[in-house]
Amino acid sequence: MIKVSYFPGCTLRTKAKQLDLYARKCAEVLGVQLCEIEDWQCCGGVFVSNNDEIASKLSSVRALIAAKEEDRPLVTVCSACHNVIKQTNYQITNDESFRNRANLYLSQDKEKREPYSGETKVMHYFELLRDVVGFDKIKEKVVNPLTGRKIAAYYGCLLLRPGKVMAFDDPENPAIMEEFIRAIGAEPVIYPYRNECCGGYVALEDPESAKKKSNAVTNSAESHGAELAVTACPLCKYNLVQNGSNIPVVYFTELLAEALGVKEDTNA
Amino acid sequence: MQRIGVFVCHCGTNIAGTVDVKAVAEALKTEPGVVFSTDYQYMCSQAGQDIIKKAIAEYNLTGIVVCSCSPRMHEATFRKTAAAAGLNPYMVEIANIREQCSWVHKEVPIGTEKAIILAKAAVAKVNLNAPLTPGESPVTKRALVIGGGIAGIQTALDIADAGFPVDIVETKPTIGGKMAQLDKTFPTLDCAACILTPKMVDVAQNDKIRVFSYSEVTEVGGFVGNFEVTIKRRARYVKEDICTGCGLCTEKCPQKKVPNEFNLGMDNRSAIYIPFAQAVPKVATIDPNHCMKLKTGKCGVCSKVCTAGAIDYEAKDEFVKEKYGAIVVATGFNPISMEKFDEFAYSQSKDVITSLELERLMNAAGPTGGTLLRPSDHEHPHTIVFVQCVGSRCEACAEKGKEYCSKICCMYTAKHAMLIRDKYPDTEVYVFYIDVRTPGKNFDEFYRRAVEEYGVHYIKGMVGKVSPEGNKLKVQGSDLIYGRQLHIDADLVVLAAAIEPDKSARPLATMLTASMDTNDFFTEAHPKLRPVESPTAGVFLSGTCQGPKDIPETVSQAGAAASKVIGLLCKDKLTGNPCVAHSDEMMCNGCSTCEKVCPYGAISYVDKEFRMPDRTTKVRRVAVVNEAVCQGCGACTVACMSGAMDLKGFMNKQIMAEVDAICK
Repeated sequence: MIKVSYFPGCTLRTKAKQLDLYARKCAEVLGVQLCEIEDWQCCGGVFVSNNDEIASKLSSVRALIAAKEEDRPLVTVCSACHNVIKQTNYQITNDESFRNRANLYLSQDKEKREPYSGETKVMHYFELLRDVVGFDKIKEKVVNPLTGRKIAAYYGCLLLRPGKVMAFDDPENPAIMEEFIRAIGAEPVIYPYRNECCGGYVALEDPESAKKKSNAVTNSAESHGAELAVTACPLCKYNLVQNGSNIPVVYFTELLAEALGVKEDTNA
Repeated sequence: MQRIGVFVCHCGTNIAGTVDVKAVAEALKTEPGVVFSTDYQYMCSQAGQDIIKKAIAEYNLTGIVVCSCSPRMHEATFRKTAAAAGLNPYMVEIANIREQCSWVHKEVPIGTEKAIILAKAAVAKVNLNAPLTPGESPVTKRALVIGGGIAGIQTALDIADAGFPVDIVETKPTIGGKMAQLDKTFPTLDCAACILTPKMVDVAQNDKIRVFSYSEVTEVGGFVGNFEVTIKRRARYVKEDICTGCGLCTEKCPQKKVPNEFNLGMDNRSAIYIPFAQAVPKVATIDPNHCMKLKTGKCGVCSKVCTAGAIDYEAKDEFVKEKYGAIVVATGFNPISMEKFDEFAYSQSKDVITSLELERLMNAAGPTGGTLLRPSDHEHPHTIVFVQCVGSRCEACAEKGKEYCSKICCMYTAKHAMLIRDKYPDTEVYVFYIDVRTPGKNFDEFYRRAVEEYGVHYIKGMVGKVSPEGNKLKVQGSDLIYGRQLHIDADLVVLAAAIEPDKSARPLATMLTASMDTNDFFTEAHPKLRPVESPTAGVFLSGTCQGPKDIPETVSQAGAAASKVIGLLCKDKLTGNPCVAHSDEMMCNGCSTCEKVCPYGAISYVDKEFRMPDRTTKVRRVAVVNEAVCQGCGACTVACMSGAMDLKGFMNKQIMAEVDAICK
């Protein structure tokens, strides 16, 4: 059993319970133990690009420290949490002034910790599947291959960008989700808008613009013959379902669970 | 004991602004050996040099120290001054108190203190200087031009015109380079082939010029005036001197599915081929990777149809050794690979092409006979989007692009846009740009014509994504002036790919010991004053191997390089550098360490007889330096463990004396 630290994130406790539930179930089947870190707090969400703001990033740093203390990589499923935590880790590794200030803040905490300088490896669940478990291993464990289903992988932006920091896949021509879809026996549909933004939080203040973006994505996927879109991001799912066309959008962990035979209700 | 004179230069305020020059001259007066010390406003001026000459005569000086600018600037000047006054020129030392002192310090006390220390070090060295006499070496009156594009062609023609024999080495089966692939040339729109091919014919007909096509340089030895070069003539399986270039073999060859590199893979050629109609030399070449006879032994059609009997399947690579006095590098450029620019869908759609591919699509000898048709369905494109700076000026994408401006793209894109609008007025043409850079004679007028007369839509902004949808290319771009996002349904997208030096340049630079910058462009000896010479003596630069250039600039530089070569070849003898390594054979133990570190191959070993104190004779192996080959780099003196190797003019004891003077 491989042990990794696990950061679920707030949305996975409310709107995106399936993403979390099946991530855990599938990990068990694949021989990975997701050890949820204790007392985790919100990753800091949308404030990641705010470079001079430290307070909103401290919760991410605390999660990173918790993983460091266990000497394990830190795994997230939510694209947004993954993006925030990876960017924070990158900044604390490379930006001395940020590192010093963040550690100064943390020294005020009740628990005393060693200063942190980016030692933890941050992984998205997809990276866990690709680099630790291996797609070939997943293929072996599939009991219910999704043969014949044409699935559009929707990356969105948070998994891929900024490319240098995320180091997840080629931001212009990624392949990891397509490999995943092949591993569970389905057929990936490659369409141009798979790495375009869904509209993100723009949906709050300019719903029309967000709708245009979501529509472009779902139309592109459908016109290329996809019957289903798959994502790792609760916000993407929200936008695509609310604003996009009728194509069903599911979390990748749901599909994985279906293929591995651990999904409770296959009609959901 | 030396009698040393010290001359401190003000260099206007360049030095005097941050160094108290009078204090320096005064402080040096008491140094051991110094008998005269003075300062002057411009030591390099005629009046300044006269001060030096006069002092040499009056004080009977045996050595001088000039405290001035870098020795790269004026060491030669002051050596000549000393020689004119009867002093050995190698008794002159320069203390660099400008670049390494006054220019880098801001406060006078610090600048002055450092200048005094640097001058004292130079005095300490001169005290140990000995007169040196340079040797002479002959000049081989033949030049080598590496690369047969327009740069190499022009250089070779100019050198031959002055009466010196020239060899061109070209890796392709024909000379002509990139210019042969172009359709029209800016800003006058004359056809590239019409102005290039006469020059290619001139090369073929000039009895001073030999063309080694389908060949490459594999080894370079020797030094300025006496290079020894090995040229590999790749087997073309066709006897060059017998083939008439009739082309019958290329028609009859059954293997016709080979991607044609001259048309950038947009059509096919046969396995035996002549790259294009005006090729020089106009002889066929067999591509061994696709020829059935060479691969499987079955076929032999070309040999049967060749009436001249020029086919030779048994041909082998040949190596030619030749001596040259000068070498010109003209290795040229290539567009960078677009494979990594997935946002423009280059590898996903046939209708996303590079500008060089567009040249072939518009050329009468190209795959479409000069009619502009989409590569995918051979339809006329009605909406064309040009994207400029793809991979150029791209700091953020260093792993796939280049930081520099490729310089030629703004002009050729304006040319393409204008030609398309002229020939197909129903076609809408959009050009996305970061900046339009059109300096050059008649260049900006040319670009303005594209906008004002031909109605090309220039949009300031970049294209973010090209997505193939059906038979259209959906182009998303930003219009920065209107602050809006644009969506254009295009039929054809043309990428102005950045240009980079040819891949052969880096190994060649190693062979020539010529320096390159981080982008693999050859470095010039001085960016302003010696732009066509490499820092390595006898190696000259022509064309885009030195940096991005258009044709007019390339031709001027090619001519300039030729004139430098002619200047060198006109000399009967070259004066060498007397600051060469010298081995003390009594101390040398023959360990071979120096031979291994010598980058010029100047060190060899001989067995020599020595009389021993007990009156016996012993044979020992000792190092000998070829003074004509030695460049005086000093690597051997550092490597020598027994302390036998020393560099004249920079002897170990001289360097130590300088260090001592600085640390005192």
